[in-house]
Amino acid sequence: MAGELSGILEHVDRIAKLDLDDVEPTTHVVDLENVLRPDEPRPSWPREAVLEQAPDPVEGAFRVPSPQAEA
Amino acid sequence: MQELRELTVAQAAAKIAAGEVSRSEYFEAWRQAAAGDELNAYLCRSEQSDGDGDGPLGGIPVAVKDLFCTEGVETTAGSRILEGHRPLYSATAVRHLAEAGASLLGKTNMDEFAMGSSNENSAYGPVLNPWDRERVPGGSSGGSAAVVAGGLAPCAIGTDTGGSIRQPAALCGIVGMKPTYGAISRYGMIAFASSLDQCGPLTRDVTDAALLLAALEGRDPCDSTSVGIEGGIRAPQRADLKGLRFAVPAELAHDAIEAGVRANFEATLKRIEELGGEIAEAPLPHAEHGISAYYVIAPAEASANLARYDGVRYGMRSEAAGDLVEMYETTRAEGFGDEVKRRIMLGTYALSSGYYEAYYGQAQKVRTKIAADYAAAFAEFDFVVTPTSPSVAFGLGEKTDDPLAMYMNDFFTVPMPLAGIPAISIPSGLAEPDGGGPQLPVGFQIAAPAFAEQKMLDAAYALEQAIGFDARPEGVGGG
Repeated sequence: MAGELSGILEHVDRIAKLDLDDVEPTTHVVDLENVLRPDEPRPSWPREAVLEQAPDPVEGAFRVPSPQAEA
Repeated sequence: MQELRELTVAQAAAKIAAGEVSRSEYFEAWRQAAAGDELNAYLCRSEQSDGDGDGPLGGIPVAVKDLFCTEGVETTAGSRILEGHRPLYSATAVRHLAEAGASLLGKTNMDEFAMGSSNENSAYGPVLNPWDRERVPGGSSGGSAAVVAGGLAPCAIGTDTGGSIRQPAALCGIVGMKPTYGAISRYGMIAFASSLDQCGPLTRDVTDAALLLAALEGRDPCDSTSVGIEGGIRAPQRADLKGLRFAVPAELAHDAIEAGVRANFEATLKRIEELGGEIAEAPLPHAEHGISAYYVIAPAEASANLARYDGVRYGMRSEAAGDLVEMYETTRAEGFGDEVKRRIMLGTYALSSGYYEAYYGQAQKVRTKIAADYAAAFAEFDFVVTPTSPSVAFGLGEKTDDPLAMYMNDFFTVPMPLAGIPAISIPSGLAEPDGGGPQLPVGFQIAAPAFAEQKMLDAAYALEQAIGFDARPEGVGGG
């Protein structure tokens, strides 16, 4: 995969040669204005339903392995 | 049953609304067709209709790309890492289809997380092209294109980030449309590259594409980038192309295009002139850098979006024991396929300190230049036209060892998402591949200014009527 990635980067490097110093970068194509909405509470998903999708739910929480390797 | 499947979506919806065709009989005809899928195009199928509402799509079954969340129905994005995932909610696009009276026919196979141009990157096996089962259907919405072309669904929806609706539509001989960024809500659409991703229809004809787009578009409070299409969308109508100006990129003469595709493209340009349209060349000098910009921006955004798959809250977790960090690593190593890993690495590299400006920053500037090229073209022209894909459908396995060659399939389709503008691919005939072999479908792409969907659909409709493409893969529909 290293060879493939190098090949792709070599192709991509072509744009490095373009003189674009004065060009503004585009992060987003739609002109967006910041708008505020009323802060109205909405119901959230029931905890049980969300946990049903988890690989290892326990006592109303997501269980994960210990961050410390076992000795 | 066969006759019911001959109807376009618009025809079927009209007959259902008039009581001439029963909804249950219509659904059953398509359920049976979908059950006979030999193309590996469906990942799951509905046993019964879930739609009973009246509306413009009343009684119409729709095949949905597996990138869209569907409440209670497995949604994998073509990835092992989401195997068995049943979302708690449906994507807004899927909800809009249901509100228009449509029902879910099934979820379609796709390149993993929509990363691919051949559908060979699915964790659930490749989709076969209904025209030639040894060839790819294109991607990433390969399943959605194959079910429509193969007579396994009346219509489908997909997503397009760099061509993922238009290219498979072209390779399968159907209509595929990418609307303006913001036309349709992305809520519940599993994110690949958020500044590029857009939902759109894959249909047998332009009229059906308009019908689906009318139901799909709209502002959604759950997606702050969605704005909808002002005035909505109506059935396309136009008999000629008089007074319309079509730009052909001046650089096209030097681009690598198969001989058959180029001949078909030129024949289609003649057809436009016969309909009264005017054709001239326009410079789009930065389009050739579209692939470079796209393959920096899309992987960069993907590397951030895909960080959420960590084996904690949903999806699969590796069985391999270990501490927390090892669990993350093994889950992602086992859950993601090669192309997804490749793009995550490319993306994180392009965003890394010291390389950010050279790659990501520069790509965003190229994006500005590409958008400016199109804006300049649209100051003089109504549309920009190109072939949708440089080649007809290629063989399974032909490009899997060469990612860059695979990326080049997107040459004509990546500039539009980068510029945020809409484009449609319509079938424009058949052509022989460069290496010889059976005749395969060719797509003709029409790009338009942002939110000019109606005008684009009207022009595509006029051209479609003049072309009169009615070829079908063997054993489909009438066969």
